[in-house]
Amino acid sequence: MRAKINEFLELWGTDLWESTIQTFQMVGISLAFSILIGLPLGVLLVLTRPGKALGNKFFYQVLNAFINIIRSVPFIILLFFILPFTKMIVGTSIGVKGVIVPLVVYTAPYIARLMESALLEVDRGVLEAYEAMGIKTRHIIWHVLIRESRSSIILGLTIATIGLIGASAMAGLVGGGGLGDLAYRYGHLRYEVDVMYITVILLIILVQGLQSAGNRLAARLKKD
Amino acid sequence: MIELKGISKSFTGKKGSIHALKNVSLSVKKGEIYGVIGYSGAGKSTLIRCVNLLEKPDTGAVVMNGVDLTKLSPGKLREARSKIGMIFQGFNLLKTATVYENIALPLKLTGLSKQETAERVTKYLKIVGLEEKHHAYPSELSGGQKQRVAIARALAHEPEVLLSDEATSALDPDTTEAILDLLLKINRELGITILLITHEMNVIQRICDRVAVMENGEVIEEGITKDIFTAPKHTTTKKFVNTLFSHQIPDQMLTELNKTGHVVSLSFFGKASGEPALALVSKKFDVYPNILSGSIAQLKEESFGQLVIHLKGEFAEIEKALAFLRQQQVQVEGVVLDESKNKRIS
Ligand SMILES: Nc1ncnc2c1ncn2[C@@H]1O[C@H](COP(=O)(O)OP(=O)(O)O)[C@@H](O)[C@H]1O
Ligand SMILES: [Mg+2]
Repeated sequence: MRAKINEFLELWGTDLWESTIQTFQMVGISLAFSILIGLPLGVLLVLTRPGKALGNKFFYQVLNAFINIIRSVPFIILLFFILPFTKMIVGTSIGVKGVIVPLVVYTAPYIARLMESALLEVDRGVLEAYEAMGIKTRHIIWHVLIRESRSSIILGLTIATIGLIGASAMAGLVGGGGLGDLAYRYGHLRYEVDVMYITVILLIILVQGLQSAGNRLAARLKKD
Repeated sequence: MIELKGISKSFTGKKGSIHALKNVSLSVKKGEIYGVIGYSGAGKSTLIRCVNLLEKPDTGAVVMNGVDLTKLSPGKLREARSKIGMIFQGFNLLKTATVYENIALPLKLTGLSKQETAERVTKYLKIVGLEEKHHAYPSELSGGQKQRVAIARALAHEPEVLLSDEATSALDPDTTEAILDLLLKINRELGITILLITHEMNVIQRICDRVAVMENGEVIEEGITKDIFTAPKHTTTKKFVNTLFSHQIPDQMLTELNKTGHVVSLSFFGKASGEPALALVSKKFDVYPNILSGSIAQLKEESFGQLVIHLKGEFAEIEKALAFLRQQQVQVEGVVLDESKNKRIS
């Protein structure tokens, strides 16, 4: 048994390690960009909602529709559909770089939605109390709106990250690498089922770990 | 100090437009506690929110210390707002912040130094009596304690005015009393002018110097609390006053009693003035007073009592007795059968 494991690791260890790193890279970088875009969009959705602070029906509806449209396209189609856009932004449409653009385009609107629902949970009264104290709007957004919904934000980001891991697995199709790519190339195309099982197990551990870490962090941040 | 001049405000909702405030004018003097009472939907919250422009009035001026707040630039308005404290029915504290942080954060955001912030938090937590709760989260506090934190948060900006939107409406009677005492203390010791709105007459009774009654977006009656209690003019005002004096005497009993004499209600100020006068009446005149119901309300400055009595005797004697009572500064009103089953004094 031990000999077998050693043999397997000898053969596949490097590939598995590299793929794991690639997955972390793709997910990490895409997540960072998606949050940078998605969180402000979520804030905008909440603020421009008719009847809210900066209520602007037109802006809200345009943004809303835009997010819905992107969110209706399956990732695998989005990946190819925006190839020219990807090329324009990062100069290439393959490799890790080429994959990050579609991943961000896919995830940012999703995060915007998740943030919107998290932020909507904040009691309007607290925002008003701060407004009444003469606090600047940008401070209210950061110190009240985002702070008060941080637990829900973490849960939302956990969900988004897991979705991102799933999407990144399809990125192999444009040569992005990662665990999903490994499983697909060797496990499916070459019938190396052991590799497929191991990558799947690694993905399961990753997702489980993330979800419980997210849950624990969210619970710690929640004070009510 | 605060002058609201001809404030109107409409909302356009799903069911058409609501005229929430109709040309409302009020003036609150420096150092007083001014109460606005009215039923739910009367427009009280809209009115108080117009004072610090959380709600922007359609027309009218909000003048504070001679400055019309509706004319200020956003920056100047924020500055003005930091000198107007506000507390709410729902406390509106940050759930994710400790008591200390809840008071300190807004101070920090208005540019106060760390040291000054710390001093103020300590000072005002002491004033509201919560020194030992620095590190508690709001979820670990009772409703009354949360309202104390909210009051400390408002006071920490050292405002000239405190606005209170139903601050005691979510609290039980004992806690309400304690918070009202705290508001009185703030008013007396820190000299902070208070404008409060409520739907509870006991709040007005306990701490307000002057009161306005609102209905359907209008002020229907206004005056010194004592006058509103003794001589309410509008039906709604009378109803509010009666929530404190509910003398319920069955109609059947009234009918019986009216056969052998006269049922009247006596209103008087000060604990002493009612009953001694009554004792004198029975000595001086040939009448037999019988107390059917009575209660005393403690107003801010003095107590105000009401007695419903039955005077048994000849009509002429009763008339003389009543004239005597009036002479003793006791307000006398006849009790008549009411359209409702139980008689309430009006
Ligand atoms: N933001 C709003 N949008 C639409 N209608 C409102 C809004 N705020 C208050 N109203 C309406 O204005 C009226 C007065 O409300 P409010 O000032 O809250 O009364 P009160 O505080 O005396 O209960 C009510 O009919 C209420 O429905
Ligand atoms: Mg209200």
